[in-house]
Amino acid sequence: MSMNTQGRPTGTGSAGAAATGSALLPNEPLLFEIGDTDHSGVDLPDVDLDVSFLGGFERQTPLDLAGLTEPEAMRHYVRLSRLNHSIDSGMYPLGSCTMKHNPRLNEKIARLPGFSDIHPLQPISTVQGALELMNQLSHWLLTLTNTAAVALSPKAGAHGELLGMMAIKAAQEAAGQAHRTVVLVPESAHGTNPATAAFLGYTVKPVPAKADGTVDVEAVKAALSSEVAAIMLTNPNTCGLFEPQVIEIAQAVHDAGAFFYCDGANFNAIMGVVRPGDLGIDAMHINLHKTFSTPHGGGGPGAGPVVLSEALAPFAPVPFVRRAGSGLELVEHVEGSALGRVTAFHGQMGMYVRAFTYMLSHGGDGLAQAAEDAVLNANYVKARLDHIFSVPFPDYPTMHEALFDDSFLRDTGVSTLDFAKALIDEGFHPMTMYFPLVVHGAMLIEPTESESKQTLDRFCDVMAELAQDATNGNKERFTAAPMRAPRRRLDETRAARQPVLTWEKPNRLPKAAE
Amino acid sequence: MRYLPHSAHERSEMLGVIGAADIEALFSAVPKSAFKSFELALPSHQPEFRVEAYMRTLAGKNHAAGDGPFFVGAGAYRHHVPATVDHLIQRSEWLTAYTPYQPEISQGTLQMLFEFQTQVARITGMEVANASLYDGSTATAEAVLMARRLTKRNRIVLSGGLHPHYRDVVRAYLKDDPDLVCLASSPEGQGDLLSQIDSGTAAIVVQTPDFYGHLRDLKSAAEAAHAQGALLIVVITEIVSLGLLEAPGALGADIVVAEGQSIGNALNFGGPYLGLMATRREFIRQMPGRLCGETVDADGVRGFVLTLSTREQHIRREKATSNICTNSGLCALAFSIHMALLGESGFVRLARLNHANAVKLARMLGTVPGIELLNKTFFNEMTIRLPVPAAPVVEMLAQAGVLAGVPVSRLEPGNAEVENLLVLAATELTTHADIEMLAECLHAAIGEDGQ
Repeated sequence: MSMNTQGRPTGTGSAGAAATGSALLPNEPLLFEIGDTDHSGVDLPDVDLDVSFLGGFERQTPLDLAGLTEPEAMRHYVRLSRLNHSIDSGMYPLGSCTMKHNPRLNEKIARLPGFSDIHPLQPISTVQGALELMNQLSHWLLTLTNTAAVALSPKAGAHGELLGMMAIKAAQEAAGQAHRTVVLVPESAHGTNPATAAFLGYTVKPVPAKADGTVDVEAVKAALSSEVAAIMLTNPNTCGLFEPQVIEIAQAVHDAGAFFYCDGANFNAIMGVVRPGDLGIDAMHINLHKTFSTPHGGGGPGAGPVVLSEALAPFAPVPFVRRAGSGLELVEHVEGSALGRVTAFHGQMGMYVRAFTYMLSHGGDGLAQAAEDAVLNANYVKARLDHIFSVPFPDYPTMHEALFDDSFLRDTGVSTLDFAKALIDEGFHPMTMYFPLVVHGAMLIEPTESESKQTLDRFCDVMAELAQDATNGNKERFTAAPMRAPRRRLDETRAARQPVLTWEKPNRLPKAAE
Repeated sequence: MRYLPHSAHERSEMLGVIGAADIEALFSAVPKSAFKSFELALPSHQPEFRVEAYMRTLAGKNHAAGDGPFFVGAGAYRHHVPATVDHLIQRSEWLTAYTPYQPEISQGTLQMLFEFQTQVARITGMEVANASLYDGSTATAEAVLMARRLTKRNRIVLSGGLHPHYRDVVRAYLKDDPDLVCLASSPEGQGDLLSQIDSGTAAIVVQTPDFYGHLRDLKSAAEAAHAQGALLIVVITEIVSLGLLEAPGALGADIVVAEGQSIGNALNFGGPYLGLMATRREFIRQMPGRLCGETVDADGVRGFVLTLSTREQHIRREKATSNICTNSGLCALAFSIHMALLGESGFVRLARLNHANAVKLARMLGTVPGIELLNKTFFNEMTIRLPVPAAPVVEMLAQAGVLAGVPVSRLEPGNAEVENLLVLAATELTTHADIEMLAECLHAAIGEDGQ
């Protein structure tokens, strides 16, 4: 490979020669190309090896791990970091992902030794502060949702979904309803919903949406039967709309003996303003990494606590915290528990600390204001752009995300993907594309409450200008985009066809898989 | 409110552009009965210094591991994390980046994941590794499901040395499955795992060092499994052990899952942690979780992308290999940086130091009358039998500022056989003075309990 030494183009949207990288963004070699097995960035004493307790199991296979001294490591990871877009450097208008500001106070608090340096299995008497935090976080989540119980331990949203559906399954088995094997999932649902239902052995039955983008109560009623275990519904839904008939849907589902699983990915639109428990939900996961500002960290760790209705509360997994005398206890075993545990230890404590710190900072009033601002921002983007981009479901005000389709690109030779990649050259992360699946060439924009009016105006100006350019026939600006990112478009087909998943020394050519 | 950029004026200006009379108008689809129909009984927003003061009070009610002698392990270990690691992972570009679905502006995360996968593959001695899973326990459950897909068989046998929480998680994932065989706890390192393998067995799951600290013979396990066409899943809860012990891949493992917390990550009361998974190249299309692969961009420059996503939920929906959506990106980063700092020589020294301290611990415990060491082999963790129930002894020592280990009864309640057993770990942070103090306190506690 050769180092790309060309500078950044100065004009915007100049579809000229390739010009990735810049003097400040060098192509960084791999760790294994700059380090070797002799280098180390830690000083540890070399002790004599006493083999009497090793049973002859000593390592014979070379580790072949490259090491870096501290200054080399610092430079490697700082340089790599600069190839990433991040919330701190620019907006992520990513629908369904709630990329909001990550307060640094949360990071500071999570690193207090009283939180970071405690072991999950040290005596309960020595972690009363941790249990108090879990208890208070639970209280906030229950208050915000008006539900009966919460299981904190799921490690992420999809894990929370899994737990919630396990609780539903357990409840139905306990009630002699094990023959209920169907789960209704609207076509607009996140991919995790059908994946979770299938994971538990359920048959997934899609529910069509109405022309206005909301779930059809009549279609739900028609699909309900004694075979149906649950419906999995996102509200606000993935089209950014609040389901106006959600209460009737819940009623119908309950009347049919089924449960209502609510995907809480979009809770940011309604926290402090609408309580899902008032809508009749039975279980809902809450993504602490979306709604409650814990950092995404380049893809996790997340946290997905699940709130449960009265009916499902007895099927909560262990562990959970409860009052015991003057203190708190952690219940780690329940005799005959239907569910047991879904993770080792007690879940994502580091995320609980960050989310709770955020809650205290915002207060109940601030959380409601944040939800309102999130909705305001999405409607503002929609209002500023709806004369250029068509809104597939104009009947309702949008909630926290604005959905457009790709009809404005018709006959331009520019795809939604091309259009989104052109946003990169203007300093924005692409919006969510081609999701929800029910809208052709969908572009789902969630600004979150963190973006200022100024940033939204700039974003809207850029969107409008790009749309103009696309319709004017400046196709190459889009099909060749991005041109000003650390890389041009990457060949994903090649990556999948001949997977190279680990580094091999150049003289040992990687073998293709299968 | 310091996190919300709008002024009141801007809000009304924006409502004007939208053409809405007030914010309520934007919530018109919400049923009236549910919109702000309650008093939110939660405190109001607070200045940063108040929040910090309150949180410090809560943190102060916990006894931090660094406050005194500390021997708690059982699946989570207290190791030193270099200052560089925590500094780097707090850089905005790492901390506040999204999942790298847009590879052109995520090369930092992607290249790091590629390096991480390579590190994990080399440490475990396997051909490929994924970009991480939630933690060791859920990774174990995923490995079990993967083995079923690979073999199209159902029977799963869990060794009695598997961490009880891991066993419980597999049980929850495979609820009421008659083909799941969980062997009874084996504190002495015994077990009839190999006799349980039959021609319907998809996999056996063996942890080493096991929950009680014993080193298990993976080679015989692999041979016995393979003879019946079954797979060997190896579980490792202390990844540092692989700096000293033979790589499972070299002993015939088919899938290796591990808890990676020990490298780069703090104890954090149990999470977030880092699930590692490595396997043979031929199995990758059944592997759950994200994978990062090498490719080139339009200019032919090397770059990295998430790949083989046709296995995943956002593409395959109900036909996905798993519903998993996140990995543990930032924990993987911390692991990868720490491992890069260690390098081969540092990792080996770290492992040796851990073992050396554990040997000192074992020898010292051997001098305490009434204590029986159950292990003939161990890495940095071992099980002792006390003449009295372990839990009250641990509690008594905690009051004296010594965190002595994990009473097995905490994880296996109601099993009289394990009531007197205590699992203790030593790491590079364990000092001679810590070990002496532990021995003295144990001696006193056992004596007081009417030995």
